[in-house]
Amino acid sequence: MFIKQLSIFVENKPGRLHSIMDALSENGVDISALSIADTTDFGILRIIVSDIDKAREVLREIGVISKVTNVIAVYIDHKIGGLAAVLDHISDAGIGIEYMYAFLGRTEGKALMVLKADDEEMAAEVLSANGVKLASMEEI
Amino acid sequence: MSKMWQPEYEAMPREQIRKDQGEKLCRQVKRMYENVELFRKRMDEKGLKPEDIKGVEDLHKLPFSYKQDLRDYYPYGLFAVPMSEIRRVHASSGTTGKQIVVGYTDNDLEMWADCFARMLTAIGSDENSFVQDAYGLGLFTGGFGAHDGAIRIGATVIPISAGNTARQIQTMIDFGATVLCCTPSYAMYLGEAIEEMGVKDKLKLKAGIFGAEPWTEEMRHQIEEKLGLKAYDIYGLSEIMGPGVSYECEYQCGMHVCEDNFIPEIIDPDTGEVLPEGAQGELVFTTITKEGFPLIRYRTRDICSLNYEPCKCGRTHVRMNKPQGRTDDMLIIRGVNVFPSQIEEVLLNVGGEITPNYQIVVDRKNNTDTFEVNVEMSEAMFSDGVKGIEKIEKLITEKLRSTLGIAPKVNLVNPKSIERSEGKAKRVIDKRKLH
Repeated sequence: MFIKQLSIFVENKPGRLHSIMDALSENGVDISALSIADTTDFGILRIIVSDIDKAREVLREIGVISKVTNVIAVYIDHKIGGLAAVLDHISDAGIGIEYMYAFLGRTEGKALMVLKADDEEMAAEVLSANGVKLASMEEI
Repeated sequence: MSKMWQPEYEAMPREQIRKDQGEKLCRQVKRMYENVELFRKRMDEKGLKPEDIKGVEDLHKLPFSYKQDLRDYYPYGLFAVPMSEIRRVHASSGTTGKQIVVGYTDNDLEMWADCFARMLTAIGSDENSFVQDAYGLGLFTGGFGAHDGAIRIGATVIPISAGNTARQIQTMIDFGATVLCCTPSYAMYLGEAIEEMGVKDKLKLKAGIFGAEPWTEEMRHQIEEKLGLKAYDIYGLSEIMGPGVSYECEYQCGMHVCEDNFIPEIIDPDTGEVLPEGAQGELVFTTITKEGFPLIRYRTRDICSLNYEPCKCGRTHVRMNKPQGRTDDMLIIRGVNVFPSQIEEVLLNVGGEITPNYQIVVDRKNNTDTFEVNVEMSEAMFSDGVKGIEKIEKLITEKLRSTLGIAPKVNLVNPKSIERSEGKAKRVIDKRKLH
């Protein structure tokens, strides 16, 4: 039901993102989704990868802090109002969204939305109950 | 009364200490007047002759000596014996300028080993102890000071020197180290590594002797927690001898100065006046037994106070409190006095698993000082949300502002990214070109 996302602390210095990407690619870690939250002082890089344990190990070796976070990946119809329809259910249930980002999955006509809610369990439950399809780790 | 290495000196009645110091001082002044050109010149300028010094009561009349003297007379210009009598030299790392050199005769090395042996004895070590000497063994005085002291009490020395953390910890476990000697920042680093490896219960450490750089009470607690030992403070500086000039006994209420060898004074750093007992000011040392490289009234630039009250351990030697800072470590940022130790104190007190690994960066842009504090991030401080991390940043900034009276820009940086050399972290980078 949940997708494991890797959240990475990125120092606010030129080249930091590059060195993280370099280390991951050198070790054959595939990234399927990515987003960056940036502030004036630092960034949080959020990625969904093929091998999360390997990715953590690689990052630890280069002295970069990471953490595993549970998120939900939702299938959305690739049409106008597709996202709004899903968010309807979430706001009706009074669930807050901390952040979200979209990426293209492998299914034709569908987009994927990664979503971090303040109450993950409830968000997943509400969405499933309303017939919204959640993606599994394998599907990403 | 606690076990002592040389009770005849360590517990000597105060009146007798003063008499003993007086006799040694008179001999030292005479010897230096004859053998050290700079000292003779300064005495002559003051119109003083060695015979004018009759005891400790005349100490305040003598001229001061300064770190700059060691640079001006580099390398051997201040030695008081022919080089054939110098058995070993040490040098400071030179982080604050050109390196300085000091030399020791056979007697000096004996005296030094005894001073260090006093500390080892005070914290309960003896011939059954295993002393892991993780100070840098080399020109730095720390390594050999601990080495000779441990041999003096008959302990087994593990002279591993600083660095190579994984091997350091393996050795500690395999060789059964019971006492660890290193810099406090290296002890923290070792503690973190031990935590990561999850091997704390395999250690046999009972006590640690940590010195050569400033550290705080909070850091002491953290080191004790991480390494499972009792952490003791030791004080020394290469100009005077090296580690062992003063040390904590088991009661940890200040550091006993080896007064049979060193006379401490507290002065006003601006006027040079000797301050009354108990006052805080600049610490000044006179070496009264040292032969190779003696110094009279050496300005240490360390800020502290002296306590002559009798100690529970039975030692009569005066206790100095932990230096609160150094006159030359003090940064003046936008007109405000800032000691690096204050920043460490704040970081350790803020809570929320904040690491005390920091670096101060000061620069001047458009005629205004910029003040940044880099703090190493830890796993525990990191969360997936921006808000959580920003909250930590704000908390640190706010606490620093209220303690220092000036707000730094706080930057969170990657773990272990702050440069460390010989186990000493580089705490201050001052890019201002003011001179």
